[in-house]
Amino acid sequence: MSKILIRGARVLGGEPQDVLIDGETIAAVGAGLSDEGAEVVEADGKVLLPGLVDLHTHLREPGREDSETVLTGTRAAASGGYTAVFAMANTFPVADTAGVVEQVYRLGQEHGYCDVQPIGAVTVGLEGKKLAELGAMHESAAGVTVFSDDGKCVDDAVIMRRALEYVKAFGGVVAQHAQEPRLTEGAQMNEGVVSAELGLGGWPAVAEESVIARDVLLAEHVGSRVHICHLSTAGSVEIVRWAKSRGIDVTAEVTPHHLLLTDELVRTYNPVYKVNPPLRTERDVLALREALADGTIDIVATDHAPHPHEDKDCEWAAAAMGMVGLETALSVVQETMVETGLLDWATVADRMSFAPARIGRATGHGRPVSAGEPANLTLVDTAYRGSVDPAGFASRSRNTPYEGRELPGRVTHTWLRGKATLVDGKLA
Amino acid sequence: MQRHLISAADLTRDDAVLILDTAEEMARVADRPIKKLPTLRGRTVVNLFFEDSTRTRISFEAAEKRLSADVINFTAKGSSVSKGESLKDTAQTLEAMGVDAVVIRHGASGAPYRLATSGWIDAAVINAGDGTHQHPTQALLDAFTMRRRLVGRDAGIGQDLAGKRITLVGDILHSRVARSNVDLLHTLGAEVTLVAPPTLVPVGVESWPCEVSYDLDSTLPKSDAVMLLRVQRERMNAAFFPTEREYSRRYGLDGDRMARMPEHAIVMHPGPMVRGMEITAEVADSERCTAIEQVTNGVSIRMAVLYLLLGGNEPAVTHTRTEEK
Repeated sequence: MSKILIRGARVLGGEPQDVLIDGETIAAVGAGLSDEGAEVVEADGKVLLPGLVDLHTHLREPGREDSETVLTGTRAAASGGYTAVFAMANTFPVADTAGVVEQVYRLGQEHGYCDVQPIGAVTVGLEGKKLAELGAMHESAAGVTVFSDDGKCVDDAVIMRRALEYVKAFGGVVAQHAQEPRLTEGAQMNEGVVSAELGLGGWPAVAEESVIARDVLLAEHVGSRVHICHLSTAGSVEIVRWAKSRGIDVTAEVTPHHLLLTDELVRTYNPVYKVNPPLRTERDVLALREALADGTIDIVATDHAPHPHEDKDCEWAAAAMGMVGLETALSVVQETMVETGLLDWATVADRMSFAPARIGRATGHGRPVSAGEPANLTLVDTAYRGSVDPAGFASRSRNTPYEGRELPGRVTHTWLRGKATLVDGKLA
Repeated sequence: MQRHLISAADLTRDDAVLILDTAEEMARVADRPIKKLPTLRGRTVVNLFFEDSTRTRISFEAAEKRLSADVINFTAKGSSVSKGESLKDTAQTLEAMGVDAVVIRHGASGAPYRLATSGWIDAAVINAGDGTHQHPTQALLDAFTMRRRLVGRDAGIGQDLAGKRITLVGDILHSRVARSNVDLLHTLGAEVTLVAPPTLVPVGVESWPCEVSYDLDSTLPKSDAVMLLRVQRERMNAAFFPTEREYSRRYGLDGDRMARMPEHAIVMHPGPMVRGMEITAEVADSERCTAIEQVTNGVSIRMAVLYLLLGGNEPAVTHTRTEEK
């Protein structure tokens, strides 16, 4: 394997340094490193981050290859600066057996753009009734450690309790999609001032908050860790903050779109803004940013949810929920957290790489940028500003809420174990 | 006037008064032996109904025919829609046949807005009721009825509803009629009060330009018009209220309650009425109830809207008009 010298990169936003990659590993980090025998990448003051890790991605394969495949999804991930993504289980068939998770894992390895760590379903068929073979998925080649029925809530308190308990045997974690199903029947958007006006079925904050409250108490009771997916309300932040203050082993994620967008956008009835959990209010957005800054929310996860055009080119009620996010996540975080002074780049590295890798037990990812570590790296031109053009996406789907919006930052290079997956903004 | 009529909230006071005044002219046509105007001759209007609504569809159809438009009726049942065709494809198919305006009724809130703003079609879009969002021609015909009764047929020309106290009673949460009326009546200067059990008032109502009360009896003496909204029986299965009887005891309008209204006050209902639920037969059949008048006025209002959106510069009726577009 060859050597690569990244010259003059601001590692985690610090002073410019050189980083030498040798084979799959970072060989040295320092000033004035020799470029002998190395291909040189002039970083020119760009920010170098550990390869990003997404704990919440929908790759859609198997079953919905019309919206995304492991190949297109991992190419999108590489474009966005990711070196590892956790693929949600709500595929067809559901990833509730060792066979399915191994297939997804293997496809990720074959394509080589980004490590794919499958998430296993908590219950058979995501039906919330019977535990899936969590142990078998963990012991499979995919080595599943994160389990989630995402898309659906594990709403039965007993099933949730058992799952939390059961995965302790192998250090697993249950990632809960917190949505009380009865309170959200027919829900189309955040319940509040805007839904009242638009006449769209309301998805009340309490439907999320009540489940989170229950689950942190369950986790405390049985001594398990629990992860909360796409936390979206100010009230949820308060509950997680309280739980952490009690010493409960809870972690939480926020999506980029919940850090930036509000339910006011639904006034357009454009389903590109339809997502679950729904876009909330300005007050929620500000609370989420603050919580991500102070660590109450541990990580940013994209909830990258590709959908074919026809599932969004229709009336609101008929449209699918979800937005693509892998290729815009870092820009949105720069816009909402860095440029607002809430986070520095070192903390961005924590929220988007170190912490998600730790929660998901992703070996080799979320490691410091220092000698001897795997060369999973992302180079970001933070001075760039440009408007989002979905036509340039690597993802098979284009359902982004940011089309035409000017956002800062652009990932120019991504290295997966020393191999460039993105060079000068182009996929390798 | 705008190109489309999607929401009552899009109308300015002057837009709304113009529509009401135009509807008065249209109403005079209905009194003639030949109830037909050549205004929309050669224009094609499609009534695109994805939801069953015979009364609204017939009202639009009557209005279109009195303006001499060519009318196509399209109902979703048994059509390609039931075989999975999208709204976009259906609309584009119809437009390809040369349609100038689409009158759309759809179960999904926002469907007419999507049709008008997504670049799918060029035709004018008139919302004939979408989900629990808006039903602007209903609000216009209600305002027209109020103006006639509370201000006067001739005295009302050019006037709005300033200072009139209007009470809407019933299932506000699921009602597009309520939303449209709140918007339009507020624009026209009326004071609106919504009365319903708290379960049938939407979260977020505090931003609406109206008052909310849970007590019908205290509101009645302060009302110039009381509009009852249909309450579907199946709502009680979702625990919005315990029983029909309890609903009508607390929120139904019967003769005793009607007697507490000011003498000049009217009772309105957009129909279809559920007699014995929100309104007793005694009230429904009384002189003060305008339900039937509202139906008649609906045709005039829809003629006015179609004329103003499609009619161009020609006067609708060949006699002196009080206002020009």
